[in-house]
Amino acid sequence: MVEYRIDRRSGVATYVQIVQQTKQALRLGLLEPGDKLPTAREVVEATAINPNTVLKAYRELEREGLVEARRGLGTFVRKSLGAHPVDSPLRGELDRWTVRAKETGLERGDVEALFTSVLDEHFKEDQGDEA
Amino acid sequence: MTDTAIEAAALGKRFGWRQKGWALRDCTLRLPVGRVCAVVGPNGAGKSTLLAHAAGLLAPTEGGISVLGTTPSAARERMAYVAQDKPLYPQLTVAETLRMGAELNPRRWDAAVAERIVEEGGLDFGSKIRSLSGGQRTRVALALALGKRPELLLLDEPMADLDPLARHQLMGTLLADSAEHGTTVVMSSHVVAELEGSCDHLFLLGGGRVRLAGPLDALIAAHTLVTGPTGDLAPHTVVESRTTGRQITALIRPEGRIAAGWQTAEPSLEELVLAHLRAPGAPALTLTDEGDADNSRGGNGGDDDGETNGTRTHGASV
Repeated sequence: MVEYRIDRRSGVATYVQIVQQTKQALRLGLLEPGDKLPTAREVVEATAINPNTVLKAYRELEREGLVEARRGLGTFVRKSLGAHPVDSPLRGELDRWTVRAKETGLERGDVEALFTSVLDEHFKEDQGDEA
Repeated sequence: MTDTAIEAAALGKRFGWRQKGWALRDCTLRLPVGRVCAVVGPNGAGKSTLLAHAAGLLAPTEGGISVLGTTPSAARERMAYVAQDKPLYPQLTVAETLRMGAELNPRRWDAAVAERIVEEGGLDFGSKIRSLSGGQRTRVALALALGKRPELLLLDEPMADLDPLARHQLMGTLLADSAEHGTTVVMSSHVVAELEGSCDHLFLLGGGRVRLAGPLDALIAAHTLVTGPTGDLAPHTVVESRTTGRQITALIRPEGRIAAGWQTAEPSLEELVLAHLRAPGAPALTLTDEGDADNSRGGNGGDDDGETNGTRTHGASV
């Protein structure tokens, strides 16, 4: 089971935060196929966010094929996002790259800024779609 | 079963016969069922007057209001209303107050829900209402309201005297009830920040008039915060603008593309509300669920000019 942490000051839409945190839990293996997501009631009771926001997030996850709603039972995980577990070659490359970045004197904030700018360049379609 | 929780048509209320005695004027709005709606506005905006009309406790001077597809008095059994001063009988105990709720609502009462809300606050069922603090009384009033299992819950400044923990907890309880039973919740407040994230519909009132009404997503999407060098913002509708040196910051309703050179951002609920409160002359905007924001805005364009004038004359008291 996941527990959502909603940051009202982050500027990220609340439903997007739920989608992102669910995906993060899938990537980290905290959620696996067959696991049940908390009901809208449970999320709302714990976070005091709008019920329709939770439903919107779950619909989005369903649209992406990650979860499925079973009538009267709840929302269940269909697919894991664990394509790149902790020991994958990609992580190794990133690890070596980070070591090099550190050696050249970059600080954590510099590395984050650099990484985010490259991410933004390659994943343009994933952001700024909030009209 | 209707899909409209509240519908007001040119609703107006005048207290006394003074020239400027209109508490609410020309109020036309619609709230679909299942929404959590914030009624926001400065003191004297008409929030309590609107809620009391929906509850059937005030008769309109002009226009009309319907609730759950019928008149407010016919819908009374299916709605709950918690007034700003949380009226309860001071000589009754908490247990007696809940029993009163059960006796007055024999077909609907859910004792478990009401008792849980009281218990969560650590209240003693044997305490007299008169011995409770303001926040504890609010909790008992909300327990009565939710115990009734209403289809429509009208709350006038419900969270004003609650501590932050109780506020979060009771808001969670309210919204969980809405999630489970599809209860429509309408709550007034002037603390806008605490409503962000909890509400999906907004009625902003000012000087007895509707300033903004509609689904929150659509209202926010219809506005843009722009920053840039001083210049002309036409053809966009400017709600509010401030000039600092060579830079101008404005909240606008874009009409078509915003020229390059302007930095744009989506306003928060608080920014949207504050900009409208600081600019009482800004035109009113009502959006509906049907269709996209642009169509609704186009359809209401003709009314906007009239509203501007009306808001100017009547907004002076805000």
